[in-house]
Amino acid sequence: MPGSRIISLGHYQPSRVLTNDDLAQIVETNDAWIRDRVGIATRRIASGEETVADMASAAAEKALAGSGLTAGDIDFVVVATCSSVDRCPNVATRVANRLGITAPGALDVNTACSGFSYALATADHAVRAGASRNALVIGAEKLSDFTDWTDRSTAIIFGDGAGAAVVTATADDEPTGIGPVVWGSAPEKGDAVRIEGWRPYIQQEGQAVFRWATTAIAPLALQACERAGVATSDIAAFVSHQANARIIDGIAKRLKLANAVIAKDIVESGNTSAASVPLALSKLVERREVPSGAPVLLFGFGGGLTYAGQVVRCP
Amino acid sequence: MSSREEITAGLAEILEEVAGVNPDDVAEEKNFTEDLDVDSLSMVEVVVAAEEKFGVKIPDDEVQNLKTVGDAVSFIVKSS
Repeated sequence: MPGSRIISLGHYQPSRVLTNDDLAQIVETNDAWIRDRVGIATRRIASGEETVADMASAAAEKALAGSGLTAGDIDFVVVATCSSVDRCPNVATRVANRLGITAPGALDVNTACSGFSYALATADHAVRAGASRNALVIGAEKLSDFTDWTDRSTAIIFGDGAGAAVVTATADDEPTGIGPVVWGSAPEKGDAVRIEGWRPYIQQEGQAVFRWATTAIAPLALQACERAGVATSDIAAFVSHQANARIIDGIAKRLKLANAVIAKDIVESGNTSAASVPLALSKLVERREVPSGAPVLLFGFGGGLTYAGQVVRCP
Repeated sequence: MSSREEITAGLAEILEEVAGVNPDDVAEEKNFTEDLDVDSLSMVEVVVAAEEKFGVKIPDDEVQNLKTVGDAVSFIVKSS
């Protein structure tokens, strides 16, 4: 049975940079406090007209351009997002239309910040089941649409952006490039992160999420390594959801990844929810910080509370 | 069961490891936030480490009531 692998990546971020000093003009906060508590220096904010579908399409175009495939080769589009204002059509079909992908299976996945790993697993499973040969997997978010700019506990955290991957079936004699997913959720803690109601704002219980993320995720990430048959000492990079630099450090410490680059795109991009993993991964690959073929541990976690992760081979 | 002094010493070790607090500064009357400069996220890390070290459960709701080192010692004594 064929597996699948990521053959190319791409990312897009809006041009507007919002610094901590900019935020200090809007809410009672300061640069030192933000850097210390969440590890963010800047984040990108989309313009009023720019949509989740626009950013998803821009990232997807780059991934497709780097894949050697054409729009006609893509038969499945999966978009992870929790911040698309439009309910219908979904983001996946809008991306497909923009890129000239005709007649793909097209769906959006909403598991908030863990979305990319869910979407990647969905694409991998579709390839394994024979429902797809070449898939486009995207994480895209415009959280600025759901940010209460008077709430200093959340306004400092979130940013906008998108990352995308082209996933293709492996040949029969080729090792799979996307390891088994470890996914699940803690529904009883669902109220810890909320974007509820009509015209909502994002709200979260920071300490509760911090505690869950720094204690529950590491054992699950280890499971993902075990299920992929990869020793933690062989992991070349750890790309977790970019929630908070101290959460990333806390998980990485428990994982004891002796030889891994730890992705810290949060410093320049903030928390971009489902976009954070593909955005950070795409940048690592672009900067050639991870060799092609090396095992990379992806792990997303967030609203729901949901989580998902897997080991992938770097394209 | 550990004595209050032993628990305080154990908490001092955790506070040094998690938040870089000088163990000599740790005493029962010290307030975590105001005296020891432990922020809310570090406090979560202290609580998690204390659960592991002393084999107790400290629920999220309880954390906000632990203002001083002595509060934490009393909770651990009561729970263990």
